Amino acid sequence: MPLVESGTERPGATAPAIDPETGRAYWRKTSSLMWTVLALWFFAGFGVHFFAPAINSIHVLGFPLGFWFAAQGSLVIFVVALFWFARRQNEIDEEFGVQED
Amino acid sequence: MSASNAGTKDPFINSLGKIYAGYTGGFVAFVILLAILEQMGVPDRIIGYLFVFLTIAVYAYIGIISRTAAVAEYYVAGRRVPALYNGMATGSDWMSAASFIGMAGSLYALGYGGLAFILGWTGGFMLVAILLAPYLRKFGQYTVPDFLGARYGGNLARGIGVTVLITASFVYVVAQIVGVGIITQRFLDVSFTTAVFLGLAGILVCSMLGGMRAVTWTQVAQYIILIIAYLIPAVLMSAKISGVPLPQIMYGFALERIEGLENTFRAAGMTPPPGVTGWHTAPFIGANGAFSWSAAVNFFALVFCLMVGTAALPHILMRYFTTPSVREARQSVAWSLFFIFLLYFTAPAYAAFAKVEIYQNIIGQPIASLPDWIKNWQIISPYGVPWINIVDANRDGILQWSEFRIHPDVVVLATPEIAGMPYVIAGLVAAGGLAAALSTADGLLLALANALSHDVYYKMIDRNAPTKRRLVISRVLLLIVAVLAAWTAGNAGADILFLVAWAFSIAAAGLFAALVMGVWYKKTTNAAACWGMAVGYVFTFGYLIWTEFFGLSFVELFGTKEAILAAARQTAALTVVDPELKAYAAALVANAAQIQDGALSWFGQLILTTDSVTLRGRCVARLWTLNNISGGIIGVPLSFLTIWAVSKFTTAPSQAMQDFIDDIRIPRGGVRLVDRREAVE
Repeated sequence: MPLVESGTERPGATAPAIDPETGRAYWRKTSSLMWTVLALWFFAGFGVHFFAPAINSIHVLGFPLGFWFAAQGSLVIFVVALFWFARRQNEIDEEFGVQED
Repeated sequence: MSASNAGTKDPFINSLGKIYAGYTGGFVAFVILLAILEQMGVPDRIIGYLFVFLTIAVYAYIGIISRTAAVAEYYVAGRRVPALYNGMATGSDWMSAASFIGMAGSLYALGYGGLAFILGWTGGFMLVAILLAPYLRKFGQYTVPDFLGARYGGNLARGIGVTVLITASFVYVVAQIVGVGIITQRFLDVSFTTAVFLGLAGILVCSMLGGMRAVTWTQVAQYIILIIAYLIPAVLMSAKISGVPLPQIMYGFALERIEGLENTFRAAGMTPPPGVTGWHTAPFIGANGAFSWSAAVNFFALVFCLMVGTAALPHILMRYFTTPSVREARQSVAWSLFFIFLLYFTAPAYAAFAKVEIYQNIIGQPIASLPDWIKNWQIISPYGVPWINIVDANRDGILQWSEFRIHPDVVVLATPEIAGMPYVIAGLVAAGGLAAALSTADGLLLALANALSHDVYYKMIDRNAPTKRRLVISRVLLLIVAVLAAWTAGNAGADILFLVAWAFSIAAAGLFAALVMGVWYKKTTNAAACWGMAVGYVFTFGYLIWTEFFGLSFVELFGTKEAILAAARQTAALTVVDPELKAYAAALVANAAQIQDGALSWFGQLILTTDSVTLRGRCVARLWTLNNISGGIIGVPLSFLTIWAVSKFTTAPSQAMQDFIDDIRIPRGGVRLVDRREAVE
């Protein structure tokens, strides 16, 4: 095999890819998506479990609800939220024309 | 989901689906063949050998055909791993022997408390996806310290990053090699040291020749085996106990039955065995079953540390350098979490079914007539105690609740026998556990060796080193680190497994803040990041060592006089301890009236009290009753705070640096590096 880099590396750039104004607007929207998902993360990772002792007396299919959230509910939220995030961020990329070619 | 692959011309990438479908089919056929062999009377031991050796042979084969001499292939698998496959590879990179074998057992012992591991080890990927992975991918070099070097002005930041990386990853890889040793020892019947070096050979053939490229494609193969091996016994167990082969749904009824049985036991005046909760589904309770602030604080602190640690462990982050695009990096994190979710979603079911089976059919039986699977596991484990320990404390010949002591690892390893499945399923579980441990060890070793060869040797020592020498050095370092880790594992044995939890706090406190602020806070200066990493790392690592190994002296500073007396009593009662310390503790106890509150005891009582517990044969101190496994809960905010504060007082980053940050924030275009020499050529 040849002792060379394969050609997939991007050469270092010298000019910005988009104008600064678009860049700022893009970053505002990206940041707000980040905070939204971060809030979801906090809710599913911590917030809902603050109430575990209170909701544990409710049983669904045998599961005490507080236990169920920590064992399954929050995990489902995590997975769904991440697929949603990936899709939403792609839409934002395309809205501002900053997606990869 | 991977629509962006449709355009690739690469025949190898295009045929991945076919390759791995064929591989999965082959593996299933192999398991069926072994099942037939078992029915024909082939001894269990041969079945065990075939499982271990044939799976390792497959990994080795993939490792050897993926050998490479191209730097980009060696470090980042040529950046052409599609999101879905990178997700699978990350899944097995992430799920270690502790996840595969240990987690269900922890849930068995801790009940609700153990769910902190489930939450922490999944939720962290949210942070990876939104805060780091896409931006590190856009930055597009080889390692995590590369990013620190480019963003924070060179070798100082890079060096601190490498130090944190090596501390966290080395501790972690040693534990994986111990895991490999435990499984190999049980199924091949060889000594622990031999088992460790056999496992090491298995790890090295995967990563040595092909670096990241080989590790990626073996990890995908290992994921497939480990998930099959984890799900099948759970499905069979669920069918046996509840009649429906859907463990994730049916274990709700098992939980209900556990609650009922626990109440019955308590009504009969019995107590749970040491280390096992008596209220399986109850959140945040102390030993008496009542709500405990300390338990609640520890639960959330552990969730936080595991999450942030996940998002800072370099062997995970570096996997997202290998996708073809930023878009696929984001997609790939979602897939990673999905594949990890499949296992973690099932783990509590293992715990519940095993508990129902034991509480229902074992407790209360005459000890003389226990089922065979219990007798099979009453052998000494590498931890020095029997896997299952029956202690007839009241000598009535009947097994009480508190007399049945089971090592957590047995819950997964013995499930096939509990459910009366053929030996081939036990062999399958061993192959799965081995795949989990090997894949994680591979990822970690590569992260370590790359940090040393790429960051330390190439970037800090000899920037003109030719490609060929760089790759030779990578491989030599890989070998050295691997042998060093195996040597440590062989000597320290299973006693060091608690160190794994430390890796999360250390990585979280050392790296997370600097990485996140580097992308999200433009004003972060070089000095601030270096201080932030150093403060987080030194503080957390120091805190861990101090509380773990010098518990009494910690309490003497932060505790009240009552806490100091209690710690002195615990220290004096230890069996294996430095005689000088023991004498000192005994003297404290003898002169109890003269003990004063610690000098900083006001700080130690700020939130909850400071105390100590006897753990792992030591007197371990707990600031605010926080277990030191969650040491990062203080280190992480401290690191953020330091970076923010120092940034206020140092000169803001140059325009060139701001341009660099602008570029890594958007997927399109190239990256304007501040220092052109930082570019991968």
